[in-house]
Amino acid sequence: MNCAECEVLLHALIDGELDAGHARDVEAHVASCAGCAEKLKTFRAMREAMTQADLKERAPAHLRGRIEAMLPVPPAQASAEVVRPKQFMRPSRRSFFGGFALGTALSAAVAATLVFTVFTSGDEQVVADEVVSAHIRSLQPGHLMDVETSDQHTVKPWFDGKVDVAPPVIDLTAEGFTLLGGRLDYIDGEPVASVVYKRRKHVINLFVAQRLGTAHAKVTDRTVQGYNVRHWSAGGLDFWAVSDLDPVELDEFVQKISAAFRGSPS
Amino acid sequence: MRDAMMADANAEQEKARRFRDAALPYLDDVFALARYLMRNAADAEDAVQECYLRALRHFDSYRGPAMKPWLLAILRNVCNAEFVRRGKQEMAPDDADDDPASEQPPLWQEPLASPEAALLRRQDDETVRRLVAALPQPFREVIVLREVNELSYQEIAEVAGVPVGTVMSRLARGRSMLRSAWNGAEAKSPGAVS
Repeated sequence: MNCAECEVLLHALIDGELDAGHARDVEAHVASCAGCAEKLKTFRAMREAMTQADLKERAPAHLRGRIEAMLPVPPAQASAEVVRPKQFMRPSRRSFFGGFALGTALSAAVAATLVFTVFTSGDEQVVADEVVSAHIRSLQPGHLMDVETSDQHTVKPWFDGKVDVAPPVIDLTAEGFTLLGGRLDYIDGEPVASVVYKRRKHVINLFVAQRLGTAHAKVTDRTVQGYNVRHWSAGGLDFWAVSDLDPVELDEFVQKISAAFRGSPS
Repeated sequence: MRDAMMADANAEQEKARRFRDAALPYLDDVFALARYLMRNAADAEDAVQECYLRALRHFDSYRGPAMKPWLLAILRNVCNAEFVRRGKQEMAPDDADDDPASEQPPLWQEPLASPEAALLRRQDDETVRRLVAALPQPFREVIVLREVNELSYQEIAEVAGVPVGTVMSRLARGRSMLRSAWNGAEAKSPGAVS
């Protein structure tokens, strides 16, 4: 065994990962090589010191609370254990989101989503509440996208078989709205396609479904919990765009999407 | 997929209970790795939460062998994706091992084989943490998986998605860097530990 081999294997020896044969080889080399013997001694001391140093981390209680909050639990238990950031607590229509944490660590200043759904309910305000909830939920770290790519030809096929519609995935990068990817979401327990865009720091969720709210071609706008919401229908689909982007820019987004959607059969 | 989504609430709750029992005990481990990978508490917490979300989502397909490395592998992917999203190359590509130029020379320069250099200065816990946190990826990762998460080489290999041989060479390199930084770091109570 040469020094180069020994330098690697001595760590395995220290860590108790060497089989007997190799351990003997390392020890034999170390016995005849002062340099490697010194290294073995030093690294042993370092390992010992690291074991004594408390390098472990304790997860903070609020993090534990956040994680427990996203696990579906019986209601009685839930009220006792679940920790939800106040700003995202809403009293009604939460049950079907059961398993998802409503809290978010991301600043509320982040996202907008466009959602396409296969929806049967027609109550606009209810749907608006739901898409905003879905939007907020999506802002949780890592929750935003199931398929993360700026390539519309990757996003679109990804939805195949996951939702009943083929949501148009339109690349608006040139227009200043970056396509981030797509996500399968749930509105009232139904799978809904969400195409995710971003302008600067603001996420836009574009939810798309066959039926999601009261169909009307004219864009309706409202504000829910501080988020701007736009709903319109086109080509037999309902579109909901949600974002904390300012209303003017969100309108610009809606207008670009509509124009592109009309212009292409996708 | 649709069927799975429509699984009834009871099954979901049962699954959540099993998941909780299996996965929550490793929260500290997951958080520790997240701290060292993300380098700040807020990002670490976000990553941990996302890790558990993904783990829950894929819990149905979880077949073992061990929960801890499985969770840590998910966490690692979450952190990786976050760095990609930010456009940073924090999680260094796998060929980093072969590219000496990608490292800061002082960190991995072999110390002289003099007794003085070989000895280890005593460092307080905070300094040791800082030294580990300052290691470049992917060496920091293997050191933490080994020293903090106490995984076997085989488990580290699975988490990092590299062969065991690569784990061994990264550990050797990582510990050499650590030793150099260790002896170079300002010690509160200078003195050698032999």
